[in-house]
Amino acid sequence: MGDAALAQAGGPGTVEVHGHSRLQHHFDTLGQQKSAATLGMWVFIAQEVMFFGGMFCAYMVYRIWYYDGYVAGSRELDLVLGTVNTIVLIASSLTVALAVNAASEGRRQATVILLGLTLVLGLAFLGIKYVEYASKFELHHAHHAAANVRLFPMAGFFHVDGELAPVGNQMRMFMLLYFALTGMHAIHMIIGVGLLLVIMWMAHKGAFSPQWFTPVEMFGLYWHFVDIIWIFLFPLLYLVNRHH
Amino acid sequence: MSAYNAELEPEEYHEHHVPRTTYYAIFVSLMVLTFATVGLAFLNLGMFNVTVALAVAVTKAALVVMFFMHMKYSSPLIKLVGFAAMVWLGMLLLITLSDYLTRGWLMAPPIVR
Amino acid sequence: MSPEITPVTTAGAHILARGAVMPARHYLNESGGWKSWLLTTDHKRIGLLYLFSITVFFFLGGLFALAVRLELLTPAGDLMSADMYNRAFTMHGIIMVFFFLIPSIPATLGNFLLPLMLGAKDLAFPRINLLSWYLFIIGGLFAVASLIGGGVDTGWTFYAPYSSMASNSRVLTGAVGVFITGFSSILTGLNFIVTTHRMRAPGMTWMKVPLFVWSHYATSLIFILGTPVVAITILLVAYERVMRVGIFDPSIGGDPVLFQHLFWFYSHPAVYIMVLPGMGVISEVISAFSRKPIFGYSFVAFSSLAIAVIGFLVWGHHMFVAGETPYSALMFSILSYLVAIPSAIKTFNWTATLYKGSISYETPMLYAFGFLGLFLMGGLTGLFVAAIAVDVHVHDTYFVVAHFHYIMVGGTLMAYLGGIHYWWPKITGKLYPEGWAKLSALLVFVGFNLTFFPQFIVGYLGMPRRYHMYPPEFQVWNVLSTAGATILGVGYVFPMVYLAWSWKYGKPAGDNPFNVKGLEWETTSPPPTFNFDRTPVVTDATYSYAPQKEVNVG
Repeated sequence: MGDAALAQAGGPGTVEVHGHSRLQHHFDTLGQQKSAATLGMWVFIAQEVMFFGGMFCAYMVYRIWYYDGYVAGSRELDLVLGTVNTIVLIASSLTVALAVNAASEGRRQATVILLGLTLVLGLAFLGIKYVEYASKFELHHAHHAAANVRLFPMAGFFHVDGELAPVGNQMRMFMLLYFALTGMHAIHMIIGVGLLLVIMWMAHKGAFSPQWFTPVEMFGLYWHFVDIIWIFLFPLLYLVNRHH
Repeated sequence: MSAYNAELEPEEYHEHHVPRTTYYAIFVSLMVLTFATVGLAFLNLGMFNVTVALAVAVTKAALVVMFFMHMKYSSPLIKLVGFAAMVWLGMLLLITLSDYLTRGWLMAPPIVR
Repeated sequence: MSPEITPVTTAGAHILARGAVMPARHYLNESGGWKSWLLTTDHKRIGLLYLFSITVFFFLGGLFALAVRLELLTPAGDLMSADMYNRAFTMHGIIMVFFFLIPSIPATLGNFLLPLMLGAKDLAFPRINLLSWYLFIIGGLFAVASLIGGGVDTGWTFYAPYSSMASNSRVLTGAVGVFITGFSSILTGLNFIVTTHRMRAPGMTWMKVPLFVWSHYATSLIFILGTPVVAITILLVAYERVMRVGIFDPSIGGDPVLFQHLFWFYSHPAVYIMVLPGMGVISEVISAFSRKPIFGYSFVAFSSLAIAVIGFLVWGHHMFVAGETPYSALMFSILSYLVAIPSAIKTFNWTATLYKGSISYETPMLYAFGFLGLFLMGGLTGLFVAAIAVDVHVHDTYFVVAHFHYIMVGGTLMAYLGGIHYWWPKITGKLYPEGWAKLSALLVFVGFNLTFFPQFIVGYLGMPRRYHMYPPEFQVWNVLSTAGATILGVGYVFPMVYLAWSWKYGKPAGDNPFNVKGLEWETTSPPPTFNFDRTPVVTDATYSYAPQKEVNVG
């Protein structure tokens, strides 16, 4: 007839948990569903490591070739703002970890407040980044910028009145990677902020319980990952030869 | 309706309760390491500046991964996924370096007439 | 449970399926209307959505192949200008690689079969599965948009700085299309990995998982760890095009070879994305039509993993003459020889499976035989080009073109067609017409060899690739090649016609028309929406065909 005996539920070692409104039909238990979600999120994070990894590879190659340009470029960056941003982001990791903790214990109000704090810190990070970018743009006045330069303001750093800005090529290479790395990081932060708003709304509506708070936990993993990227970006971009 | 075999159930299902004090302790450590990395950047350690900076960054990342992201309490499979990500990034960086670090090794001697 | 005696028959499915009827309710007729298809989360329906869309892209890519082969009928560049020719071969490559080959088996057969083979009701993340199809379509629309806007002329490899600074073609649109489709792959890979780890039926240990699943698991590792690197590379090229300055621009100190490192880091493993699922199909087909378990199951399973891992270490063999150092080239060359070993192990094991098997020659098996021979040739010629000294001479000639077409067309595409035929009764509940199918397989095999074997010769003689004109002494080989391409094209059109016909008018297949082992054959054809009426519990080994002694031959 066939390999598999088609068996009914029951017997030692089997668990039946069904009927929870959040249990999707293709899973047998909430535990299986959550462990699938967790594995999926970690696999996604592995993918993101390789995504940023390509840029880290480019950074590495040009650091070997153009160290002096990296030093010059790094000194152009605002160390105070960079350090503040690092502190802000690590603090937001703390608040989101506490939010997951609160959700796991069913403390609805604490969850919302902690997620809200995470949001404030995340927005603060983005605000400071905007200030940094804007100062770069103003440093090289691109009043007669071409259309594509106006669309991407940081390009104003690279072209002045249609010509390449009069900075050394080596430093230009550093700045290209600075904008690419921090820009991609900022895009991930913005996506995170969007997700955070959705999760906050769900928490506010009481969607989470100690049996099911998976979205908060998965969001936490994503947010921590974005923090880790910055933990590497900060020394690699802001601390290149700060001793004179 | 159908049975899930508990033998196959991985540890995520069993809640690992991390006390909040752990999170605060990790946060303080991360702050200390942040100030350390900035401070160390002002010391002239020559070519070791970047090694030290990266070592601090790796330590901070490890703390975030282990405790904030609960990897310390996760199944071996999750640890394998994290390990694989690091290994693959390492392969990208190191093997690319095998090209860039050997550039200029094979210099043709000047033609002497 | 005692092993049953499997009837030895070469009579084929039509005898075994006599008297079969379609089940009353199944995943195809469960619900109707546009929304039930376009908003489905059923992995089987999503597999079909992919089947239809990649078939469209296959023929689009084929049209460009036809354009290339028509131009190459004559030595002069008389059919189209050099610029047009650049666009023709580029669009052929982009469409075939990104929109046909990479999704082909995983997104159609993989999506359909993985849960069935594992005894699960669906993949781990059904909505993400649907999202991955939409991303594929959106990426495809960008590719079509770039086509309508004049196409891309950089070659499918879009090397910087030409692609990032100099090309006037629709590079950005095309690049965005590939980027979006890349995320379609990533999500598919993610789904497969989690499903395989977390949703196997009770009793199905890793070493009982079908080899098709092992291949798709290994492929998914490459999806996850390789695709993001080409994604960021595409973005860096786009960044350079938009900002009119970038990191690959030599005039400001950028290194074009860096682009190639980042590009090939993905694009070499990508060829294993293309071939591993094909190998998975072949393992299933050869076992089924030899009525024997695959020889050395664990070796084949671990070889899949080895190919995926070692495949990430060899990318520099595309760059032997690009400017990487000889030391780096040496290392890549040695590792390229190493990566051939697991593929060879598999080929030996498939052959050993045939030995003393009870072989029948249904169409899927014919495609499997074709795969064995052609993949062997493609793989061996890969070793030729992996030798640096040989590659210096054949790089960028038709020798390389022939090498990779032997694997991608002679290998993957044969396996894809074999798999489509093998599981067609399961997917549609109908039998395909065996006579027409065998004829088409023959046309494909003959047409393929006539198309691509002359390319080995003319490439070795020195004809460069990507040129629309060539010295007159090469014409005879090009004419043979174009003639072969015509036959090949006919061989591809026939299945479209008879498979479509059979969907409506074919004989009902029954649960297990080929009388083979596998969880997917334990349910109805077509399966119900939730795959199994009850969760299967696996007790026997995979491929548990009766031992030779117990079977009466004759």
